[in-house]
Amino acid sequence: MTSEFPHTPPRKSYTFSDAVNAEIRRAAATGIYDIRGGGTKRHVPHFDDLLFLGASISRYPLEGYREKCATDIWLGTRFAKNPIHLDIPITIAGMSFGSLSGPAKEALGRGANAAGTSTTTGDGGMTEEERGHSKTLVYQYLPSRYGMNPDDLRRADAIEVVVGQGAKPGGGGMLLGQKISDRVAMMRNLPKGIDQRSACRHPDWTGPDDLEIKILEIREITDWEKPIYVKIGGARPYYDTALAVKAGADVVVLDGMQGGTAATQDVFIEHVGQPILGCIPQAVKALQDLGMHRKVQLIVSGGIRTGADVAKAMALGADAVAIGTAALIALGDNDPALEAEYQKLQSTAGAYDDWHEGKDPAGITTQDPELYNRFDPVLGGRRLKNYLKVMTLEAQTIARACGKNHLHNLEPEDLCSLTIEAAAMAGVPLAGTNWIPGRNGGF
Amino acid sequence: MQTFDLAARGLRELNQTLHGVNGNTNQTAWEIINTRGSHAIAVGVDAPIDITVNGTTGYYCAGMNKQATIRVNGSAGPGVAENMMSGAVFVEGDASQYAGATGRGGLLVIKGNASSRCGISMKGIDIVVHGNIGHMSAFMAQSGNLVVLGDAGDALGDSLYEARLFVRGNVKSLGADCIEKEMRPEHLELLEDLLRRGEADAKAKPEEFRRYGSARKLYNFNIDNADAY
Repeated sequence: MTSEFPHTPPRKSYTFSDAVNAEIRRAAATGIYDIRGGGTKRHVPHFDDLLFLGASISRYPLEGYREKCATDIWLGTRFAKNPIHLDIPITIAGMSFGSLSGPAKEALGRGANAAGTSTTTGDGGMTEEERGHSKTLVYQYLPSRYGMNPDDLRRADAIEVVVGQGAKPGGGGMLLGQKISDRVAMMRNLPKGIDQRSACRHPDWTGPDDLEIKILEIREITDWEKPIYVKIGGARPYYDTALAVKAGADVVVLDGMQGGTAATQDVFIEHVGQPILGCIPQAVKALQDLGMHRKVQLIVSGGIRTGADVAKAMALGADAVAIGTAALIALGDNDPALEAEYQKLQSTAGAYDDWHEGKDPAGITTQDPELYNRFDPVLGGRRLKNYLKVMTLEAQTIARACGKNHLHNLEPEDLCSLTIEAAAMAGVPLAGTNWIPGRNGGF
Repeated sequence: MQTFDLAARGLRELNQTLHGVNGNTNQTAWEIINTRGSHAIAVGVDAPIDITVNGTTGYYCAGMNKQATIRVNGSAGPGVAENMMSGAVFVEGDASQYAGATGRGGLLVIKGNASSRCGISMKGIDIVVHGNIGHMSAFMAQSGNLVVLGDAGDALGDSLYEARLFVRGNVKSLGADCIEKEMRPEHLELLEDLLRRGEADAKAKPEEFRRYGSARKLYNFNIDNADAY
């Protein structure tokens, strides 16, 4: 046939999209899966799918900017002699020195301190920058045990036993050799320049019964003074929360699949774990079934960005939230002002996630002195404080509109859902109905 | 000698008492009786004192020890001397799983056998085992020395970094990237010292051991090595 017959217009496959095909070509050329940082990039049901109902006649609102809406929180009231009191229910999630630069850790401490909240160590151990600038510091007890020592356990205000994280439940990590400076190598008892593996499981316990005894040991070493958090990835939150409580946790930290990581396989980030929206109600149910809701506190994380997210998480039953990715962005990560440099790295501001390569132009996720010396920890700390204050004001605004004089008084009844999926996951009614999918008939 | 009756006074009082001891005390010798397999005995001690544990212990005896010399006149449960920083721990009997796990310093001596995962993820500790050790021992071991007078189980030293492993008996199998290495004069000298400090010099001579360590092929990820994992 000749060209006078029109062709079917070109149509690209949804399944084999440009992005999918590009990844196939990249894999074929390199022979290795894509490693990157951050959390999931796909759309998953999220807090944006929920709305607050606000008050009219059946509920009585509080006056914005005038009537008190408290934000403080106690963590670790179950067993610890010294539970933690924070001014706001927004904490900084664990991010490791090694993955982050020393000045970045200092900025996190400065910002958290100024906002009246806690920050958390990570896989690399405790740094003086962070301890020195953090009034309240949570020390992560990780499978790798890099830099782990009893002195730092005692210098901490709380101890977080990390069992899993949302970006990769069941997975370990790999800090590639290019980020291993002399200091990182010394802290981790490993030679400079080689890859450092973060194990997927603790080397000296093999199940929930062992965890209970491990927590006893940590409590004995620290004279039962400090709250013990247990951090789990959002995979089987009902059972994992129940077992963490059984093992003696003072606080359960639950991280959904939107939670970030320093570096792991893209396929892991995108295909393992559950969205935090679906995890919170399961964890709360476990706590309620055990009669421990509000007695063992629940901190949730994974994609928290705004005061609305904070308020929604708390309305679903969390006691507090933790932020990681958002804190890095507040410090200046992926700032469009650095666009030219991101392009040199074959990326763009807002999408840069090759943190493991140690070339972060923002100086935040690198161990290169030339890069991290660009970053001003005082300014970074101020930016983080501002951001935390804004989130808190936003959450208070919403809570007052719902008639609540404390963020903790938010409840599922204050919410409805825009989508059936989110309604089913969160256990709140679809907007315009009283239908909670899977629970009642509705109208 | 201060005698502490664990059955009468309890674990919390034991550890609190030991944490209250500092380097200026005259109470340098302690004996713990009625252990009855309790967990977390003498954990987090940070003083140059001698502690004798008369009886068998549960999990994590001498965990995170600093400075103290702790002698267990019995067998030890899982995780004995885990994450030890300094000092010494002697177990007269056998030890269960993950003895000396993640230890960063000091000396752990097991007069009997150790179970699986002995020295797992060790980070500078020296471990001397008079008997045999089980599978997956020294997995991901970073630094320090593991000396075994008897046999080693499967996957010895899998994915290890710079730790040195010395075995007198048979090794059932070596883990990924673990290879036998030449025993040079400095290793014989090191081993002689470890056997002496480990109270094993009357049982074995350095020349009877073989040395194992990392081939260093997996230190930086390379897709061509993927079959090794």
